[in-house]
Amino acid sequence: MPSLKSFKVRIASVKSTRKITKAMQLVAAAKLRRAQEAAINARPYAERMQRVLTNLGTAAKGNPGAPRLLSGTGKSDVHLVVVATGDRGLCGGFNTNIVKLARQTITRLLSEKKTVKILCVGRKGREQLRRDFGRHIIDTIELAGVKQVGFAQAQMISARVLSMFEEGAFDVCTIIYSQFKSVIAQVPTALRLIPADIPDNADARGAVYSYEPDENEILEDLLPRNVTTQILRALIENAASFYGSQMTAMDNATRNAGDVIDKLTLVYNRTRQAVITKELIEIISGAEAL
Amino acid sequence: MAGKIRFDLVSPEKLLYSAEADMVTVPGREGDFAVLAGHEPFISIIRTGLINVKGGDDGDMRIFVRGGFAEVNAEGLIVLAEEAMPADDLDAAALDARIKDAEEDLADAKDDAARAKAAEALEGLRQMRIHA
Repeated sequence: MPSLKSFKVRIASVKSTRKITKAMQLVAAAKLRRAQEAAINARPYAERMQRVLTNLGTAAKGNPGAPRLLSGTGKSDVHLVVVATGDRGLCGGFNTNIVKLARQTITRLLSEKKTVKILCVGRKGREQLRRDFGRHIIDTIELAGVKQVGFAQAQMISARVLSMFEEGAFDVCTIIYSQFKSVIAQVPTALRLIPADIPDNADARGAVYSYEPDENEILEDLLPRNVTTQILRALIENAASFYGSQMTAMDNATRNAGDVIDKLTLVYNRTRQAVITKELIEIISGAEAL
Repeated sequence: MAGKIRFDLVSPEKLLYSAEADMVTVPGREGDFAVLAGHEPFISIIRTGLINVKGGDDGDMRIFVRGGFAEVNAEGLIVLAEEAMPADDLDAAALDARIKDAEEDLADAKDDAARAKAAEALEGLRQMRIHA
């Protein structure tokens, strides 16, 4: 039977674990609020961009002279999959869910005999993908030192992707990230970056615009920016999802720690009472013997 | 005068500035253009330069912008800029550093298109330096 002291030590250790998970939960909640704000603030830009692109893109799609970022290279042999995950763990299923979708996507592409290249954004994605798809991973971008993801990071990643596209290193680019629905729901999503994913039904409700310079030149300028914007959106949604997931996970952990403490305390008290009873019996039987 | 025009300046990270103004001058790729209320629907790429707001909510204002485009529609003028800051906040030393970077970019440019782009960026920065 474990001694009373060992129970005490275990209870104390679970209690300090609970303190840590509680603190992490509170921090995640605060950071989640900021991340959500960032997501809302980033919306107007993305929406405008999308609208103008839809307007322009639908008309230009069929043109033979359309920019390659819009029409693609005409092939889909080489796929670049950008897997955006977090750099840290302790966040429930956040990283695992993204990687799961990435795995499915990559396996499907491979079974279609496509060449797959993987660009990992965030350390955790690489760690989980390395074993199965190690030779497909071309590089990892870590954002661990970055306090709040922003435009600068998005631009760095998009510059990387675009220069690879210019060199003809791939035909289609997809980014996999976690879409933030709510604190308890984050949906891993695959979004096609190149060629640009423009919905077909351009709602021509707006007025007819005049363009300066002409449409094609604007598209040439806008499409790379759109890639950056989409990557930024993915990063921001990811950040919000990460903290949402972490908050939920830490909430669960705190509650579990509480349960464990309750159980241990019960056993501790029983043992303590058993010890007292035993001592009493010893004293009484000692007195009777006299 | 046909009243005021709504002017929104948006960066990828947030809505930077929003006001009603009498007139807004925007540095377009093919020359500056001024927007008054009731302007025809219009989309233009912007170059690095100065947005001039006349008769805005907070009086006149000058804002530097870099990279993006401007859209005019029935609701007003929206400028989407990758980088923007009020002209008064410009930091001469930081600008000098960026001008130096841009000069190196220009020297490193491989083809005509890249050179033209680098030259344009440099010109914009020099413009900003004058006003800083």
